[in-house]
Amino acid sequence: MSAFRQSVEAMIPALRRYARALTRDADAADDLVQDTLVRALRSERLFLGGDVRSWLYTILTNLNKNRRRSLARRPQFMQLTENNPDASGTEAEGRDIEKALATLVEEQRSVLLLVMLEGMSYREVADIQGVPIGTVMSRLARARAHVKASLEGERPALRRVK
Amino acid sequence: MNDHRISVTEDELHAYVDGELPAERRADVEAWLAVHPDDAERVQSWRAMAEMLHARYDAVAQESVPARLELERLERRPRQWLYGAAAAVLVAFLAGSTVGWVAHGAKAVPSTFQSFTEDALDAHRLYVVEVRHPVEVPGNERDHLQAWLTKRCGWTVFAPNLEASGLKLVGGRLLPGPSGPASFLMYEGPSGERFTIYTAKTESGATQMRYAKADRDGSLFWADRGVGYVVTGGNDRDRLTKVAQAVYDQTEKNGG
Repeated sequence: MSAFRQSVEAMIPALRRYARALTRDADAADDLVQDTLVRALRSERLFLGGDVRSWLYTILTNLNKNRRRSLARRPQFMQLTENNPDASGTEAEGRDIEKALATLVEEQRSVLLLVMLEGMSYREVADIQGVPIGTVMSRLARARAHVKASLEGERPALRRVK
Repeated sequence: MNDHRISVTEDELHAYVDGELPAERRADVEAWLAVHPDDAERVQSWRAMAEMLHARYDAVAQESVPARLELERLERRPRQWLYGAAAAVLVAFLAGSTVGWVAHGAKAVPSTFQSFTEDALDAHRLYVVEVRHPVEVPGNERDHLQAWLTKRCGWTVFAPNLEASGLKLVGGRLLPGPSGPASFLMYEGPSGERFTIYTAKTESGATQMRYAKADRDGSLFWADRGVGYVVTGGNDRDRLTKVAQAVYDQTEKNGG
């Protein structure tokens, strides 16, 4: 296996984690990872060195944008029932953070996850999203404020003005 | 001289938590937090947030990678239906002059084409496996079928005769389309192979034929006078192209 292939393969677990948090849907997440890998393998010769990791996250982030665009044309399915209300603390917390992520707009969710979950630098995220660092920072600040408000059970629009 | 009196901005608080703050400023921020409990609480909440994210999603990265994501396997059999403009879409260059349209090349893929073809493929997959109830109106009532679908759809729905291709009309049904009703006709060959013709209103007035493939089914799409046609069936592209050409020629003659 080539060095390129090895570095792609090593990234699969982290890509799955990011995709899962991004979509909050196990199947859609693995579809995204699969399409990302297919795209990456196909473009092996176009990859002129550099950071395989950021490149893969860039592909995945863009594919997710396309996915959401095509999803917007389809009926949305929602869970009918809140599953298991007496879940243990960790599970309930997991559900809360999931719900909080759902309140974010796509660019903010992506920034938040790339920085907080995937440990990327602001510079890397700016490259992945193709925006200036200042935009990354303001998206991150807004995302954190929204998630904080959601976790505190507060509607963001009703937050007190300091 | 009191450096920590220089206010710390919100950007700096984020940068501090994310390890992006220049080292020489860290002590200032820490001094600031010691006397600004509101900011200290925010910083603390962001750290807790990161822990929650890891607690919830790190397990996904620990799972063993599913077989369908193995690189070896992906190289052998990529997913056929990629998202968006990456869809495995090719222009079918049909026997040029015998057919009355010009292929303009495989440039942009209009979204109508994709969603339209997806709808048709969904209908195809749903009904071709039906043994007892594949259609609402059977093929031996061809005149009634055509009149009914034409009336409901608002354009001339014509059920072409495909016996030259060895296909017999099974019948048809009315379906909900992307913007109003859609007609759906099914044909069957001697060995049980089934082809379907899906038509619905489309914004693209007229287009060249395009080919798409999903799983085991291939589709040819084109639009003519505001009506989109999708002929779907099997994975033999030459055969599909011949059938689609017959459909095109006959609907053309019948003002369909």
